[in-house]
Amino acid sequence: MKKNNPSYSNGGRFRDNLATRHRAGVIWQIVFQASTVIGIIALTALLLNIIDGAFGYVAYEARVDPASLAVDGVAIEDLPQELLVEILRQNLSSGAFNKLDNEIPFNERSRINVYDLVIERIVRYDVTESWTLRESLTQGAEIRARVIEEYPDAELRFISWINAEFIQRPQSSEAVNAGVRTAILGSLLTILVTILVAFPLGVGAAIYLEEYALDNWLNRLIRTNINNLAGVPSIIYGILGLAIFVRVLGVLTSGAVFGSVDPTTASGRTVLSAGLTLALLVLPLIIINAQEALRAVPQSLRQASLSVGATKWQTVWSHVLPNAIPGILTGTILAVSRAIGETAPLIVVGASTAISFDPNIFSRFTTLPIQIYQWTARPQAEWRHLAAAAILVLIVLLLSLNATAIVLRNRSTKRF
Amino acid sequence: MPGKKEAAQGTGYPVRKEGLRKRRRVGETIIQSLLFFAGFFSIFTTLGIVYELGKEALLFFRTPEVDPWEFLTGTSWQPHINEFGILPLATSTFITSLIAMTIAIPLGMAAAIYLSEYASHKVRRTLKPILEILAGLPTIVYGYFALMFVTPLLRSLFGNDVVQIYNMASGGLVMGILILPLIASMSEDALNAVPRALREAAYGLGATKLEVVLKVVVPAALSGIAAAIIVGISRAIGETMIVAVSVGAGPNFTFNPFQSAETMTGHIVRISGGDLSYDSIDYNSIFAIGLLLFFITLTLNIVSQRIVRRFREVYE
Amino acid sequence: MSTTADSNYVIETRHLAIFYGDFKAVTDVNLRIQRHKITAIIGPSGCGKSTLLRSFNRMNELVPESHASGQVLFDGQDLYARQVDPVEVRHRIGMVFQKPNPFPKSIYENIAWGARVHGYRGNMDELVERSLHQAALWDEVKDILHRSGLALSGGQQQRLCIARTIAVQPEVILMDEPASALDPIATLKIEELMEELKRNYTIIIVTHNMQQAARVSDYTAMMMLANGHARSGTVIEFDETNKIFTRPSDKRTEDYVTGRFG
Ligand SMILES: Nc1ncnc2c1ncn2[C@@H]1O[C@H](COP(=O)(O)OP(=O)(O)OP(=O)(O)O)[C@@H](O)[C@H]1O
Ligand SMILES: [Mg+2]
Repeated sequence: MKKNNPSYSNGGRFRDNLATRHRAGVIWQIVFQASTVIGIIALTALLLNIIDGAFGYVAYEARVDPASLAVDGVAIEDLPQELLVEILRQNLSSGAFNKLDNEIPFNERSRINVYDLVIERIVRYDVTESWTLRESLTQGAEIRARVIEEYPDAELRFISWINAEFIQRPQSSEAVNAGVRTAILGSLLTILVTILVAFPLGVGAAIYLEEYALDNWLNRLIRTNINNLAGVPSIIYGILGLAIFVRVLGVLTSGAVFGSVDPTTASGRTVLSAGLTLALLVLPLIIINAQEALRAVPQSLRQASLSVGATKWQTVWSHVLPNAIPGILTGTILAVSRAIGETAPLIVVGASTAISFDPNIFSRFTTLPIQIYQWTARPQAEWRHLAAAAILVLIVLLLSLNATAIVLRNRSTKRF
Repeated sequence: MPGKKEAAQGTGYPVRKEGLRKRRRVGETIIQSLLFFAGFFSIFTTLGIVYELGKEALLFFRTPEVDPWEFLTGTSWQPHINEFGILPLATSTFITSLIAMTIAIPLGMAAAIYLSEYASHKVRRTLKPILEILAGLPTIVYGYFALMFVTPLLRSLFGNDVVQIYNMASGGLVMGILILPLIASMSEDALNAVPRALREAAYGLGATKLEVVLKVVVPAALSGIAAAIIVGISRAIGETMIVAVSVGAGPNFTFNPFQSAETMTGHIVRISGGDLSYDSIDYNSIFAIGLLLFFITLTLNIVSQRIVRRFREVYE
Repeated sequence: MSTTADSNYVIETRHLAIFYGDFKAVTDVNLRIQRHKITAIIGPSGCGKSTLLRSFNRMNELVPESHASGQVLFDGQDLYARQVDPVEVRHRIGMVFQKPNPFPKSIYENIAWGARVHGYRGNMDELVERSLHQAALWDEVKDILHRSGLALSGGQQQRLCIARTIAVQPEVILMDEPASALDPIATLKIEELMEELKRNYTIIIVTHNMQQAARVSDYTAMMMLANGHARSGTVIEFDETNKIFTRPSDKRTEDYVTGRFG
């Protein structure tokens, strides 16, 4: 009966290839899945590698045994401030002592600060050797045996390179005393400048392009241009910043026109220049993200507002913007987190290698990524542990920003 | 507006003497001008880049020591003995980018296909943000990873005498890991944009899932995927910190990925990281390299946008 | 091929129910579709016509969380049995969709693609020509075979989709409102085509157009949201088209086909 139905017979016209086809399907699915897993593994390896560097055993050696500084059997940890100052006076050259006193008089310093000075300037711990977390966990016994044998005076400790002191201390030339306070403040101040410039400019540009701009050649040029700028490598912005903000506008960015007379910043390599450079860098990203947020506001809302006789700007200000603002903020946060991690343009603009004071906008600058770069580039292991610790600080900073962005995004998608 | 406050009888609205005639609204005009300035501002950025890079690059090529032909074809870059051949920097940029793309293109595309076509909703919802976080980590973090993990790994695999401490392979590999999620995420968007009707058409004919994916969905999304790949290439060429940290600090004309070298971006960072005095040939040279970099990436970006625009036309 | 069932019937459903997650969209459908006839499925919007139709070639399972219970027998074989391959099912039971959906490829490739996937060994040019002839499209496109399928008009695109379906030589063709996006002339062409195709194929068509159902179909299934079941659709009457449109036994059917319904 089926024979008279042409479609019935698989009569040799179609090869019976179903099994082969399904086998290919299974194999490729495994390939696709494995590729994704490889990506995830790479991320995991990266994070583990950083954690591996941020914790572990360290062997210290003190140049001056702290016990030898004890006064009448009282260890220096417990000495009152006056006696600590006395120790400093005795052990430092008078020049160095007076310099410290000139910076901040000793009687105005806290006890902790003076104690830190004693440790830093007299006791002077040096890292003799350090180990990664993996080494510390798997070869603990050997490490301990080796330290006793090779560095009998050294003290072995298992430490977390990232800790409260690390975050509170300024940059220092001694690994044990180095911290990221300067770098964190530098990053925050730079980003503040970036946001203050790029946010209004970027949102304004987006409003212009989405709400006002007609479809003519100029506006098309502006649009294309913004898309192209978003793809320009960040280092190019660094070169631009160097040429414009540092060189041409040096009087402005060094603060000279405002009466700031710090001779070290006369070159214009300041927080302000860095912030402005990053503002140029993130501007196209902010514009593109804000445009998207504005586009998501339904057209019917604008029509409703215009139809009751509101002007264009009244419509934008009281209806479009309030609805787009969560999206705009999300996009801005994402752009800003890009700026926080930028390193290359700031090196070109002229980040400083060693500053240990709290920055202001007309001072020389360093930022967290710059600090990480400089520490990573040093060959000694202890600096690389510090780099790992600083990376963790940076990641925590970025993750909290991203979490904020996600919360904002979720709030905004519930609107319509 | 003040002065027109007397209410028309009964309506409660101010009386307008002008009737329906057009009114000048000064506030609106000012705001619109400000907004236009904000929109136009980005043009200044571009002009600034082209003008500054062009001006300094011109000064560079004007100096007697520099010959533009030598610049493009010379195989040695040693400013202190007046040799300015870009090739050692360019080949190293090329090799690291090539290694990166060899990793990122197949893995990124495969991951995109998995996420868009195979993964369950839940898996996609967790994996995609993870990939995006991966793509959003500062590149200096990847630089650290290249130097502290990948280089030691390569050295233990191939031997310390083969793999130098600073080498192009590790920088390229890690750059690939950086670009993988970028390509995956952009390609996934392109695959997702392929209309369901097209998939149904293929399924309706009795195609297997793989056939639907490889023969219908991927070809339909090809322009979007191509754009993702081009953006990836442009990203690799412009990437700086990974190579600055892990590839080396000195130009070296070599094609051996296990040797140290210096990319264009790496060179700019190293030169400007030192104390750079204006009007020195070093200062001018980074603008010349920057200009070259700018034009390469600009071309790639324009090509990618062209492709994306064509892709839009197919479905809208 | 086993044929325990009456071979006059190609498709037979038994207590078929289809779910989207927890939501039971279609409930308790028992139908017997005659071979080489055109069967129309009619009913108000949202009563589950598309859902039912798509369950006949397991297209429904492409919707995540969708599943079916009961049986769909195809030549006596349960389509939902564990060992049955949905790919093969769709090869045998083709589908034409409401909105024309040609591949963004040439007209020729649109037709050749499916055949190639199934390892077609014959002469491809011939197959393409024959399929286009059968779909009454050949004369209009024979000179532009290598132009994009998207460059055709809506009606031509729909006939291209039919040609594409025919090319893999299914036994049954499912059509979900194939003419709803077309003008009256293009619609007429499609209807003539169906008349033509039924010599070789069994056709099941979902339509909102009562005249169309009356004109082209031999049998009609009337669907409706079932009483008692919360928002589940079912077939309330199934008979010869003639009878459905002249002497329906269900009052609701009568209201619907005469336009008195909601
Ligand atoms: N993908 C889906 N997910 C969840 N529910 C669905 C889905 N598709 C359809 N439904 C629901 O199933 C029911 C039947 O839908 P179906 O599309 O089959 O109706 P229909 O009779 O074809 O309607 P129309 O005549 O409007 O095409 C509806 O209540 C619909 O909301
Ligand atoms: Mg329907």
